[in-house]
Amino acid sequence: MAELQTIRFRLNGRPVELAVQPYETLVEALRRGFQMYSVRESCGQGLCGCCTVNVDGRAVSGCLYLAVLVDGCDVQTVEGLGTLNQLSPVQEAFVECEGFQCGFCTPGMIMMATQLLQENPDPTDEEIKHYMSGNLCRCAAYPEIIAAVHRAAEKLRAQTAAGNTPATAIMAQR
Amino acid sequence: MSKVLESGVPAGTEQGQVGRAVKRLESQAKVTGRAEYIHNLEVPGMLHAKVVRSTIAHARIRGIDTQEAKELPGVYDVITGEDILKVIPDPYYGPAFHDQPILALDKVRHVGEPVAVVLATDVHVADRATDLVEIDYEELEPLFHEVESAKSETTFVHDVIRPAGTFADLKTLQPRAKTNVSMEYHLRNGDLDAAFAKADRVFEHTFRSQQVSHLPLEPIVTLAQLTDTGNLLIHTASQSPSFVRIEVARLLGWPENKVRVRTAYLGGGFGAKLYIKLEALVAALALITQRPVRLSLTMEEQFYTITRHAATVTIRTGVTNDGRIVARDCKTWWNGGAYADIGPRVTQKSGFTAAGPYDIEAVSLDSYAVYTNLPPAGALRGFGIPQLVWAYESQADIIARELGIDPLEFRRKNILRNGRPHATGTVMEDVGTVEVLEELARKMRWDEPFDHGSGPIRRGRGLAIGIKAAVSPTTSVAFVNLYSDGSCGVYCGTVDMGQGSDTAMAQIAADVLGLEAESVRVIHPDTEVTPYDMATLGSRSTFHMGNAVRLAAEDAKRQMVALCAEQTGFAPEALAVQDGGVAAPDGSFFTYGDILARRFGMQAGNVLGVGSYFPYYKKPDATTGMSDHITPYWMVGGSGVEVEVDTETGKVRIVRLVTVGDCGKAINPGIVKRQLSGASFMQMGFTLFEEMVFDEGQVVNASMADYKIPGFWDLPEQNEVSIVEVPHRNGPFGAKGIGETGSLGLSPAVANAVYDAVGVRIYETPLTPERVLRALREQQGRVWGDA
Ligand code: FES
Ligand code: FES
Repeated sequence: MAELQTIRFRLNGRPVELAVQPYETLVEALRRGFQMYSVRESCGQGLCGCCTVNVDGRAVSGCLYLAVLVDGCDVQTVEGLGTLNQLSPVQEAFVECEGFQCGFCTPGMIMMATQLLQENPDPTDEEIKHYMSGNLCRCAAYPEIIAAVHRAAEKLRAQTAAGNTPATAIMAQR
Repeated sequence: MSKVLESGVPAGTEQGQVGRAVKRLESQAKVTGRAEYIHNLEVPGMLHAKVVRSTIAHARIRGIDTQEAKELPGVYDVITGEDILKVIPDPYYGPAFHDQPILALDKVRHVGEPVAVVLATDVHVADRATDLVEIDYEELEPLFHEVESAKSETTFVHDVIRPAGTFADLKTLQPRAKTNVSMEYHLRNGDLDAAFAKADRVFEHTFRSQQVSHLPLEPIVTLAQLTDTGNLLIHTASQSPSFVRIEVARLLGWPENKVRVRTAYLGGGFGAKLYIKLEALVAALALITQRPVRLSLTMEEQFYTITRHAATVTIRTGVTNDGRIVARDCKTWWNGGAYADIGPRVTQKSGFTAAGPYDIEAVSLDSYAVYTNLPPAGALRGFGIPQLVWAYESQADIIARELGIDPLEFRRKNILRNGRPHATGTVMEDVGTVEVLEELARKMRWDEPFDHGSGPIRRGRGLAIGIKAAVSPTTSVAFVNLYSDGSCGVYCGTVDMGQGSDTAMAQIAADVLGLEAESVRVIHPDTEVTPYDMATLGSRSTFHMGNAVRLAAEDAKRQMVALCAEQTGFAPEALAVQDGGVAAPDGSFFTYGDILARRFGMQAGNVLGVGSYFPYYKKPDATTGMSDHITPYWMVGGSGVEVEVDTETGKVRIVRLVTVGDCGKAINPGIVKRQLSGASFMQMGFTLFEEMVFDEGQVVNASMADYKIPGFWDLPEQNEVSIVEVPHRNGPFGAKGIGETGSLGLSPAVANAVYDAVGVRIYETPLTPERVLRALREQQGRVWGDA
């Protein structure tokens, strides 16, 4: 057995540490260490987006990303966006537009859509398809997901118009 | 009385819960990532299992050497078929045939067949150790194609074929040997020769469909453990918990009450998680080790576990010059792979629909379930029907064009109407054949001129409709529990795998009881608490479980009203149920909680309603294959597409997609619509690009890198869904199933549109650029050799 390495990072804003195997992926570490079950391995090859997490402001495929690499980073999962009673604007939009069926791909979709809207507050259909093309949905809820991204964009624009910064608008308002 | 629902327009019932656009009950759970999937389950002391799989398609096992694997530090144990025999002496399972060994015994029949299992607390260790297990094979001749295998007289996948006797409709099957045809179904209706003699033209074509993979994004996963008393608790991502319990209990020789099976939300199913998949193996491992054992498949392993049947369909149709179909003779060979799974039922249930939604004087249908040395095939969104519709609706267009009749007109002329007998002899009732076809024509604006374009990109349009019979006979049982405060729980075995059944069941119960659907809780399948349900498959739940829930809610309502009548002195008929309580004629109102409190003197007690639904069915006659009650209801779906074909690359692009389905009554219109569109997109993958490619039985594209499923870019520019409501007399509030309807007609609609665009006919799915380009070159007289 290879030697464990202790990594320290921020998980959804809080400082954490975990001893990980050098070959352990971020999906494995987040589930094993912190029960972050929104992070799911499906294809295991970086092709479906089910395992999308945000590391230092960048969406990565947690199934290919080694846990040791997040040492010193800021890691965000869907659990950090909003809660059952206090959804983030993107989460709200997915509920309103029913942007899911089985829901297995949903956290990955929401992470990706959240990042897209931070970069581009008013994406077109084409831009959404392009940006989200690494996320797959076997239930094929694609039209509803696109509608949800547009709806979320509206919500975020309303918030920034009301004086919120894009970075705070994207989180659930507490 | 039928009608077309304009999307988004709610058409409510009296209580307003059925037909309302209720948001999925689990919406918040899903967007926060909290929704429960078995995928997330871990228990203390758990061992991970990794499967050692056959690398050969057909072979005798000479020996298995597990020594080296057992020596790897961290390995708990390595288990083979011989070990399984110690806890399960007859370890063969399956829904239609008991033909599948839990782990291979003396023979392997497909690449990927489980031969041994490594157990370890660290999944990586288990994985590494699988490479250390040595298996010595003596190779046998493999059979891959369904038609060849059906004809083979020397090589057999199974020495003896053993029917399970589980299903009433397959009870009469006898064991057979020296054949690879596990089951055959024949239908003979009318004088075929005489009818063909009347035909002016006879058309015969052969169509083929390929193997495809269900690929739910939540991998197939099971965790089993022994309880304190030694009973089994199986947590599994299964569409059929009741079946799992019955089958595991049978294998162990235990009573059902010693096996508990529970599930959670499924991250997709589509038929992949039906009957028994990993459960028998994982249960055996838990018994052997006396520890919790978890087995979760990788994406690659899913390809070797269950597939959709490839099928060869030869269809001969006699027509008159004015476009009447008078005779049809159809033979279908289903590539069932190495184990029957539910193939025999597909063979029969799909087999008898091969005449299509048409009124034909004489029909002869033959359907063969064939064993081959490929991974097992089962049910995938449509139970075999899309493969048949692919054939008969492609041929319908060929015939119409040959006769110079518009394809829509040709279908209109032959459509099977209510009141007329289907080929099986069952008289059509409340079926939306005409309504779906007409709505499709309207949506496609079929009577308007269509621009076929010029230059290298040509445009075409096509349509197709298909019909499916609900699988029968099947049973659903439900409980509706009104708790002491009057709040409501629905106990049913229907598995919500994304189709929105929790929400639909809540709406049905709420409508009967005068509650808000959002306030009803649906308890997830757990054989310890939820009653029997045959399975979540074949678009049966809304109809069967919907009826059971409705009956259970009515039972609870009756009891509540009776209690209130006793308490108030009013006659039960004078009391009305509304707003979560009972209203009396004198203006007084009692909540369900009030009524129970008055009954028990405090907040206490329950009212438990029970509903059980088992529709009438008559199994097909052994010689004619006919029955006057072959199914409780029919589903009709229509697809229309406009495509662009690039004549230089062969690429087909769907620019407009229209999906029409008859759902009887939309319990939740939004969810119905999304079921239709989801099925349609999934079928689009099967039509244009998805294909499992085999080399000597090995899947060469067993990963999402090489096996592409539809993504954002595959969405057609225009996508329209139309719900038709032709209420069914026995459906709950008139509803029928809808989960597969969107998949029925799409493949032939696309092929018909391709023909309309460029004049070439494709006889085999998927319509890859290569296949289309080859056909285009052939049309120009430039035949390409095989690459
Ligand atoms: S599981 Fe990571 S991309 Fe599919
Ligand atoms: S909702 Fe099922 S995979 Fe996307």
